[in-house]
Amino acid sequence: MKGNEAIAHAAIRYGADGYFGYPITPQSEVLETLEALMPWETTGMTVLQAESEVASINMVYGGAATGKAVMTSSSSPGVSLMQEGISYLAASELPALIVNVMRGGPGLGTIHPSQSDYFQATKGGGHGDYHLIVLAPSTVQEMADFVGLGFDLAFKYRTPAMIMADGIVGQMMEKVVLPPQRKRRTDAEIAEQCPWAVTGRTGGRPRNVVTSLELDSAVMEKNNERFQRTYREIEKNEVRYETKYTEDADYLIVAFGSIARICLKAIEDARKQGIKVGLIRPITLWPFPYDAIREAARNVKGILCVEINAGQMIEDVRLAVSDAVPVKHFGRMGGIVPNPQEVLDALEKDFINPTKA
Amino acid sequence: MKDEIIIAGFGGQGVLSMGKILAYAALENDMEVTWMPSYGPEQRGGTANVTVIISDEAISSPVLDTYDTAVILNQQSLDKFEPKVKPGGVLIYDPYGIHHKPSRTDITIIPVEAMEATIETGQAKSYNMILLGALLKMRPDVPVDAVVRGLKKALPERHHHLIPVNEAAIRKGMELVEAAGH
Repeated sequence: MKGNEAIAHAAIRYGADGYFGYPITPQSEVLETLEALMPWETTGMTVLQAESEVASINMVYGGAATGKAVMTSSSSPGVSLMQEGISYLAASELPALIVNVMRGGPGLGTIHPSQSDYFQATKGGGHGDYHLIVLAPSTVQEMADFVGLGFDLAFKYRTPAMIMADGIVGQMMEKVVLPPQRKRRTDAEIAEQCPWAVTGRTGGRPRNVVTSLELDSAVMEKNNERFQRTYREIEKNEVRYETKYTEDADYLIVAFGSIARICLKAIEDARKQGIKVGLIRPITLWPFPYDAIREAARNVKGILCVEINAGQMIEDVRLAVSDAVPVKHFGRMGGIVPNPQEVLDALEKDFINPTKA
Repeated sequence: MKDEIIIAGFGGQGVLSMGKILAYAALENDMEVTWMPSYGPEQRGGTANVTVIISDEAISSPVLDTYDTAVILNQQSLDKFEPKVKPGGVLIYDPYGIHHKPSRTDITIIPVEAMEATIETGQAKSYNMILLGALLKMRPDVPVDAVVRGLKKALPERHHHLIPVNEAAIRKGMELVEAAGH
């Protein structure tokens, strides 16, 4: 099945309580598949096409405030519209899942694959000092798996999580094993798991208020300190990445999401020619695997950052290795996807045979 | 075994669905498969293409720059993809509407008169299955019975009565290639 379809199936199987979204290419199949599967008749999950992305994210805010497992999905311009709501979710310490199947920007841009929302997802996007947990799937299997992982992490740390996919992994079909069907949590289970949630119950517990507004700056600073402690915990516990062929590598490619697979083919082709290239694929873009990259870069002559953008993650790679190793970028923009040969050519031009170019 | 296939033509010719049926057939045959379409408005006119990779092993890149096998249904796609077939590869094309024929000598070029065959049978909608049959004759990646099972998965149930017509078209495509001496 398609990556977008896998997201929809996985959400139902996770026992999600609600999806609120607005169609936009290249992720419309998420909403379409949910509507076709009609989970409101089986698990009781709510699926709603809202009037806009702004409405969707605020419905997510409302659902999340009641302790429900709720999500939305969109693509780049739509996710931009959601940024205010995402900042509010983070500030209100609400768990939620946001899926961005990126397309070429800026502006309305194109409908074709891109990774140009890396800064937006990992460095803020909305206002204020906050982070999202950002998961970058590179296979349809990971599209399915990261729905459950994203919800679990969001609830564990009471912070919104994002699946940052792109038009390739959203639109492509491959084999996928879906997770088993879980029951949606009962109201009693939600009350126990989320003592902070506004459940409408009176008596027995103090009143819960979910808000991001705090007019007393001293209290707001304390709130921020609490958010930051959470972020440090996430950085300590939740860094995820994958390495391939790094043990003996002379050169390292760092790439996330679908382009990491294109790079893997380039690497396999390079190895056939005797050029030892390794791959490190950040799976969590925030928290970023700084230590792993530093470690993998210890014995390499150069690092090529391959992204479907103008060079965004490269800033984090440079932070990881400082000036110890030269770091170069290769990417295409506007919805054009580099092929394995172009990756190999860039590697050759930048590192292996720089004089030839 | 690994076959890296590009299928390309006009939107509406059944390019994506041909790839989808092949992908489902590979899945039915317990192989690894990726199906990567060009998506968006080009599906409804303009050129459409799909990359299908079938392999015994896990597949890395779903996006390719060269192909083992190309199935080409229009001139623009022929111009674009003929140079991208690997030496020793196979290029299957329908000569209908083709003005500049493929000219490479280091690949096997198979013209398949699929459009003419559909005019004879009156089954225009099974056009793409004739070409799929030609592909399967040249590249027996999956057995025909797996393709029939793939058709059941790829088609909505209300179209299942058309499966025999499609199967016949696949066999027709195989015959056309056989008749051409391959």
